[in-house]
Amino acid sequence: MSLWVDQYRPRSLDALSYHHGLSERLKALAASGDFPHMLFYGPSGAGKKTRISCTLKQLFGSGVEKLKIDQRVFLSPSKRKIEINIVQSNYHIEITPSEAGNYDRVVIQELLKEIAQTQQVDMGAKQRFKVVIINEADSLSRDAQAALRRTMEKYMSNMRIILCANSTSRLIAPIKSRCLLMRVAAPSEDEMLAVLQSVARRVGFDLPPEAGTKIVEDSNGNLRKALLVLEALKMQSPDLTGPLSIAKPDWEVYCHKVADLIVSEQSPARVMEVRTKFYELLSHCIPPTVILKTVAERVVDKVDESLKADIMHWAAFYEVRMRNGNKKIYHLEAWVVKVMSLYKQFFYNIDMSEFD
Amino acid sequence: MASSFFAAKATSSSKLTSKQRVEPALQPWVEKYRPKTIDDISAQEHTVAVLRKTLTSTNLPHMLFYGPPGTGKTSTILALARQLFGPDNFRNRVLELNASDERGINIVRDKIKNFARQTPRAETVASDGKVYPCPPYKIIILDEADSMTQDAQGALRRIMETYARITRFCLVCNYVTRIIEPLASRCSKFRFTPLDSDSAALRLSHIAQAEEIDVDKAVIDELISTSAGDLRRAITYLQSASRLSSSSTPATKIKPVDIQEIAGVVPTAVIEDFARILGIEVQNDMVVDDSPPRVDGRGGFEPIKKYVKFLMREGYSATQIISQVHDLVTFHPTLNGRKKSKCALVFAEADKALCDGADEELWVMEVGLRVNKAVLS
Ligand SMILES: Nc1ncnc2c1ncn2[C@@H]1O[C@H](COP(=O)(O)OP(=O)(O)OP(=O)(O)O)[C@@H](O)[C@H]1O
Ligand SMILES: Nc1ncnc2c1ncn2[C@@H]1O[C@H](COP(=O)(O)OP(=O)(O)O)[C@@H](O)[C@H]1O
Ligand SMILES: [Mg+2]
Ligand SMILES: [Mg+2]
Repeated sequence: MSLWVDQYRPRSLDALSYHHGLSERLKALAASGDFPHMLFYGPSGAGKKTRISCTLKQLFGSGVEKLKIDQRVFLSPSKRKIEINIVQSNYHIEITPSEAGNYDRVVIQELLKEIAQTQQVDMGAKQRFKVVIINEADSLSRDAQAALRRTMEKYMSNMRIILCANSTSRLIAPIKSRCLLMRVAAPSEDEMLAVLQSVARRVGFDLPPEAGTKIVEDSNGNLRKALLVLEALKMQSPDLTGPLSIAKPDWEVYCHKVADLIVSEQSPARVMEVRTKFYELLSHCIPPTVILKTVAERVVDKVDESLKADIMHWAAFYEVRMRNGNKKIYHLEAWVVKVMSLYKQFFYNIDMSEFD
Repeated sequence: MASSFFAAKATSSSKLTSKQRVEPALQPWVEKYRPKTIDDISAQEHTVAVLRKTLTSTNLPHMLFYGPPGTGKTSTILALARQLFGPDNFRNRVLELNASDERGINIVRDKIKNFARQTPRAETVASDGKVYPCPPYKIIILDEADSMTQDAQGALRRIMETYARITRFCLVCNYVTRIIEPLASRCSKFRFTPLDSDSAALRLSHIAQAEEIDVDKAVIDELISTSAGDLRRAITYLQSASRLSSSSTPATKIKPVDIQEIAGVVPTAVIEDFARILGIEVQNDMVVDDSPPRVDGRGGFEPIKKYVKFLMREGYSATQIISQVHDLVTFHPTLNGRKKSKCALVFAEADKALCDGADEELWVMEVGLRVNKAVLS
């Protein structure tokens, strides 16, 4: 049995709720015969992937839904094996090159060239081109992006590329100028509520408005999260009335505990305690950036107005360093020390400027 | 790395290109409207004037074209070569190497050697009945030469000398400083400047007319300001906008906001709201019925955080937001120099951080908070 997020995922452009203007444009583009390369971007759970697969269906018909999943092996220049999962139909192919790490360029070049060279075999196909979907395009290395740049121009006649990304910041300008940019904003609260209600109706129950509103507020524009929470709540308390408590994920609760530890005491012993908790979170594969942001936001909620900006400043400062550095824990810890010293300084008015 | 890159490449790349044929209607406009002669080149008057003379003399120096993207470098050399040799001889007289993927040292040696070795021969009257100068040398175009390795550039030096009698090189690049000095000094240099707005407007109107689409001056202005002198970008945006407007039902006219959306620009109103929350005064030249609630930037942390979350949910890119806030601050009529300088520091830090892959929300927030502090200081 599949989850509601998958089971009730819209399958055609007409079935998509919200951003109707965008759906109309996609429909028109699919009909124009002059389909461009595209870049879909927007926050997680806003419905990018859903929109892309609906567009594919509009382009090629229901044949695109017959998927097969292959594992392909590529060789890096140093002859290391790189394994990549590829989802494909007769009309399209979908890859997540970030799986290849530093060797994403090799994968992009080999795979795209291969596709560009093969003509559409299905004579009845509605389009002469195949579509290549590249997920997480914003984590492509510069090299891989440069390799795309040429390919996108040269093989336009039998291939279209659809890039899917959270943001365009990390994509180089020549790539952006070759694509039609499609921004998929997160749905508004009303729009999200409407989706939850329609899913509920299709499952066969009525969603009490208060419950719906609560879920929506909790999910920050991420529709996937909202639907997952809805399903989980429905399992817990089938009638969905009364005071609902949306269980926060364990890691989030844990992060909040860490924040409380930081605010309640500032001492070397406390730093050690917090550090152990960070280790715990990291060993459960919670991304360090998520840890830092979650803890920082909670800390900021609990301190005096005059400290908030500084605490966020150091979070931004250490987050970049953490990305470029090797030992995530060092930077998390450095931030904690920084915050504690700011806090003490604030309370006891000690001049700590020499620590800056 | 470079050499294995090349090895993987050599087997498959060359045989592909000739097969690709795109129907004219489906052709990207940047290709469709690539200048055919050097007189079609907009702006760049100096370069064009000098090159026009070479059409009548039989001599041509080695050349180095440099300048930002989309200013006509590739187009100019291709047009010049076509005017020199005509359609029939073009193929055997001109070699175009796109350095962005064929930059291995082996390519430089083998391809150029082979090409330069064959002696040029020519019939001057072409199949289209026109007479072409057809001077007795070949032209080798090395596009995107700044991405060639130092080794490859070094190897080129020798080759240029060896075949000097029968070949002329044209190096094309964005960053002239990445061309090694011994190469650069062998060439006449031509600098391509970002297109001025009049030339760009003229070219864009010409294309709009040829495509029979109706565009307002406001749209052209928007194209020019979002593309900052890069005509390729302006043309791409125009084509995308026209695609969208003609395929919507009923067909609508292109509006400046369409261009902004295509270019990924954050709507001015959104940036101005953000600015107000940060405490920057924004003139309102549009008459709004109900005046917006007074915000003076003294609301503290919470409103800024809330607005940043909103910007992230809308999916705007951080670099874009920051560059627009930057412009607003830098050209602000009343903020004093001291405040602007403080802001300049954080814009620079943010740009670097984002290049290093930093979290977008944290840095938009950082920019917001620090600009707010600077403005209130
Ligand atoms: N000066 C110009 N006059 C007319 N059209 C131009 C001019 N500059 C650019 N264009 C248009 O933009 C397209 C791209 O130009 P071109 O390939 O010459 O740019 P480039 O300077 O080589 O850029 P890059 O540095 O990115 O290679 C051309 O096909 C043409 O349509
Ligand atoms: N327009 C829509 N209407 C209704 N449900 C949607 C819509 N877009 C997305 N969803 C639901 O939200 C879930 C997450 O969407 P997805 O496309 O995976 O987001 P993204 O790719 O942006 O992270 C989908 O599984 C689907 O159930
Ligand atoms: Mg997704
Ligand atoms: Mg060029």
